[in-house]
Amino acid sequence: MAVTSQPFEQPDTLTKTQAALQHLAAGNSGASDLLGEKLVLNMGPSHPATHGVLRLVLELDGEVITKATPDVGYLHRGDEKIAENMTYNQFVPYTDRLDYLAPLANNVAYAMAVEKLMGWELPPRGQAIRVICCELARISSHLLGLGAFAMDTGAMTVFLYTFTEREKIYNLCEVISGARFTTSYTRIGGMTRDLQEPFFPMVHKFLDEFIPSLDEVDNLLSRNRIFVDRTKDVGAISKEDAISYGLTGPNLRGSGVDHDLRKKHPYLGYEKYDFDVPIGSAGDCYDRYLCRVEEMRQSVKILRQVLDKLPKGPITVSDPKNLPPAKTEVMTKMEELIHHFILHTEGIKAPPGEVYFAAENPKGELGFYINSKGGGVPHRLKIRAPSFVNLSILPKIVPGHLMSDVVAILGSLDFVMGESDR
Amino acid sequence: MAYTVRRPNLTFWEKLYLPNIVAGLAITFNHLKKMLKGETKVVMQYPEEKWDAQLPEYYRGAPTLVTDEHGRERCVSCQLCEFICPPRAIKITPGSLPTDSKFAKVEKAPQAFDIDMSRCIYCGLCEEVCPEQAIYLRKDYAVTGESRADMVHHKAKLYELGGSMPGLVHKWNPDK
Ligand code: SF4
Ligand code: SF4
Repeated sequence: MAVTSQPFEQPDTLTKTQAALQHLAAGNSGASDLLGEKLVLNMGPSHPATHGVLRLVLELDGEVITKATPDVGYLHRGDEKIAENMTYNQFVPYTDRLDYLAPLANNVAYAMAVEKLMGWELPPRGQAIRVICCELARISSHLLGLGAFAMDTGAMTVFLYTFTEREKIYNLCEVISGARFTTSYTRIGGMTRDLQEPFFPMVHKFLDEFIPSLDEVDNLLSRNRIFVDRTKDVGAISKEDAISYGLTGPNLRGSGVDHDLRKKHPYLGYEKYDFDVPIGSAGDCYDRYLCRVEEMRQSVKILRQVLDKLPKGPITVSDPKNLPPAKTEVMTKMEELIHHFILHTEGIKAPPGEVYFAAENPKGELGFYINSKGGGVPHRLKIRAPSFVNLSILPKIVPGHLMSDVVAILGSLDFVMGESDR
Repeated sequence: MAYTVRRPNLTFWEKLYLPNIVAGLAITFNHLKKMLKGETKVVMQYPEEKWDAQLPEYYRGAPTLVTDEHGRERCVSCQLCEFICPPRAIKITPGSLPTDSKFAKVEKAPQAFDIDMSRCIYCGLCEEVCPEQAIYLRKDYAVTGESRADMVHHKAKLYELGGSMPGLVHKWNPDK
């Protein structure tokens, strides 16, 4: 097993002092710089601003950071290995626990990946429901990202207001899937249940109330001197860096790159909806914040369109060989019962092959790569977690900033360790 | 299409900072006023107040076993739920019905049925796969115990939590 270790650089005080003394002896001034030694500071893994269990090894020269090394893996659960040991449907609950701020979107991305392997496409209603799930999840995740970011930079109230809104989304999740947090809503080829009647008035009420309270948050932050001072020109990522480090999601778009998978590689019929992609210009923390706020407004726009013309019809694909039969059939007919047992024990009959499917999740591009040797269990399943990739830019942007800026940068990157460490 | 977000430039007034504090306070005071008047209600005083009434029928709480309308246990210990459970929370020891039962020849019943609630992730797969509609996720969400052993729900406890539930199909019933 590979062991990751963090080489600790022992500050070599003696050599430094000798060098300083020689420096002085040679008649130079300014030896204090050479005498100064760097301080290694561990930020995290249990630090409120690291949003989970990220550990940052910071090297400080005075108050200025000279080197930052993120250390990930504290929340590693071996999800990819777990996936190899169970059927495709059994893995759905595990996808809830990747980006646990947007479980609905993860469920959708995973189901879509397996459906791509199967060569399935959902009927229109199924697709529309999944779009609703994805956009609700996006709002929920961005609200938390925003609230936590604001709290990290000293604005506690915003966090409380965004959480009030999120609570309503949890209520919606409950009506959609029967669980508030770990939704496990999708199954390969469909969803566990259709949208129920109480959902529609609830979601309309939510959308009506949401925009005013988002404006409120906007008013509290966007023109607030303290917030602007702490985020403007802090942690700027250039366009080139953003691309070469593989950033995705609002972090990439904050740097001014117009890349949104919903536009570039439309899935679930996103091309049918009218929405825009907000991008930033400077790539600093402030831009990433602004992008998130705008994205939520766009999500509301999409949600309204989907709800206005929600198609009728089935929500699951029609492939009786690979989908479980209806419960009443199972209970009364022998063939169906046998089929039910075979399907749940052996899984769907997936063809051998490789697929990669990526969806535009709130945090960025969540991709599932599946290598199948045929049968109901993946031979290898790789999860491309956006948070993991987004964190890789830290060593590049953190040096040169002050300690307090790190908190702002981490908040603006909006990562979640459940996904990064998976 | 893509559009660039506007980066507001702060006016002199806003740069003074104090006016913004006042504006911010106005927002919070508005909230406070609404809260005092009872127009918005954000906090629920759990456990005095509960959300239970709003839970949908299909809410995924603790998994339980149910009996049919004649009080007969539904589970036939086919062990499909044991197989499907992703975190392996279910443990079943199959057994047979007492010989004097008229169903003894055609059905089995679990001798022991344990669900380890410290493992269960409330995913609902067991309910989904059960071919007898014997296992249901009910609305109990506050499952607590003082030890690991406490967290294992045995058969009796599962039936107690589950109660009886009429199913889609009446099995062995001439008027199904
Ligand atoms: S609860 Fe259902 S699935 Fe589980 S053993 Fe009993 S009959 Fe089978
Ligand atoms: S709800 Fe899920 S985890 Fe819990 S017993 Fe059923 S299958 Fe297992």
